[in-house]
Amino acid sequence: MADFPATLRYSVEHEWVDDGTPATVGVTSVAADALGDVVYLELPEVGSTIEAGAVVGEIESTKSVSELYSPVTGTVVEVNQAAVDEPALVNSDPFGAGWLFKVDVTGTGDLLSAEEYAAHTG
Amino acid sequence: MLSEDPQQKKTPLHDEHVALGASLTGFGGWLMPLRYTSDLAEHRAVREAAGLFDLSHMGEIHLVGPEAATALDHAIVGNATAIGVGRARYSMLCAEDGSVLDDLIVYRLADEHFLVVANAGNAPLVARELTERAARFDVVVDDRSDATALVAVQGPRAEEIVASLTDDADVEAVRTLRYYASTRATVAGVETLVARTGYTGEDGFELFVPAERAAELWKAALAAGEGHGLVPAGLSARDSLRLEAGMPLYGHELDTTTTPYEAGLGRVVKLDKVSDDGTPIEFVGRAALKARSESQPARVLVGLRGEGRRPARAGYDVVVRRPDGSAGVEVGTVTSGAPSPTLGCPVAMAYVTPEVSAEGTELAVDVRGRAEPFVVVPLPFYTRS
Repeated sequence: MADFPATLRYSVEHEWVDDGTPATVGVTSVAADALGDVVYLELPEVGSTIEAGAVVGEIESTKSVSELYSPVTGTVVEVNQAAVDEPALVNSDPFGAGWLFKVDVTGTGDLLSAEEYAAHTG
Repeated sequence: MLSEDPQQKKTPLHDEHVALGASLTGFGGWLMPLRYTSDLAEHRAVREAAGLFDLSHMGEIHLVGPEAATALDHAIVGNATAIGVGRARYSMLCAEDGSVLDDLIVYRLADEHFLVVANAGNAPLVARELTERAARFDVVVDDRSDATALVAVQGPRAEEIVASLTDDADVEAVRTLRYYASTRATVAGVETLVARTGYTGEDGFELFVPAERAAELWKAALAAGEGHGLVPAGLSARDSLRLEAGMPLYGHELDTTTTPYEAGLGRVVKLDKVSDDGTPIEFVGRAALKARSESQPARVLVGLRGEGRRPARAGYDVVVRRPDGSAGVEVGTVTSGAPSPTLGCPVAMAYVTPEVSAEGTELAVDVRGRAEPFVVVPLPFYTRS
């Protein structure tokens, strides 16, 4: 099984969130691999309020469409326009350049450590 | 991620797919490779170099006997008698009401020997129907699907790759093999039926071999193709390749609610076929198909090219595009849709009412509640140069 960055926390829906202020959210390599080549991203709007566990967007790959869940509650302050323009970044660098959006966090859902997430996906 | 269904059959190449790290998916009752690395990379490899496909899920049904051609003429909509030895035709098996039970490729291997290749999910039904329909003729229907593996090499480099694997004595026959023709050859040391057919819109070969020799051929093809840019390619790439090439997929463009005419494939129905002595041949579905051929279909298959970025998917509604871009009344249904790697925009096939089927008609597809602009374009989306 792949190594997951220890500094991040993970949702069972395969999103990750860092501990920054604002916090950065993306999808994991497990999600990216399962989706196949990502071709379209629908991300929440800047300024919108999102809730942990709620659907906030869509990730569309060559073969399928998946809902994007937020791992945290808060206000969206930035979306990754580079990833919207070039969705393949989600496949090539899901924990880096393929991040999705940033949130001023007011609360989180149930999140897993890297080790717990590895066990969950293993 | 993967739930293994014990009911799903595994092809003779299953271990090869696992060793290559393929993502697997259920298809037509089989556990098949969906992709090995990337759908897009596999798609592009086939367009630019070559791809290697495991198609062992397909059904291979042989008809052997003095009345093989006559029996087939009665059973399918095409004209088997007219197929020359060594040649092949695209055809269909229809029900009495003219609906499509499966689309097929029919190879004439010898004067009294035909091979019918059926879709995976339909193969048992096709074998049953052929057996039933051929019962009163002097012919043996033999379903050899389980004993047969099918490996395809598709793409502009396919000829070089297959030729490099072929015994010297057979190389010329393989290189000069015409589209929709077949020949027997020794490939990678394996007795192979080599057919110049495919489902990708590229030049390519389909190699029928005994199931127990499939892995040998597969590994030899991967090794021989390495320097030519060949990669193993999964069902995901196969689907986007055939969609670009405007080829129907049973269960999407064709099914038991469709006759060949709606699908724009009326040309495969030989209403006026006659036997060697000139008498008209009655075949299953002929009366219904004749009536259908004389009337305007309620819906027709069209190509749609997306003007935005969001692909339409099978099952989505096609709607009238209002002047402000919003969705109007429903006029059809998408049967297949995907982002086209070659064209760089979404493409789809859809059944629509004849009034909105003209080339250039501006329509929209309801993509999960939003009207995405699409325009009617001729099929296929892609033709090799």
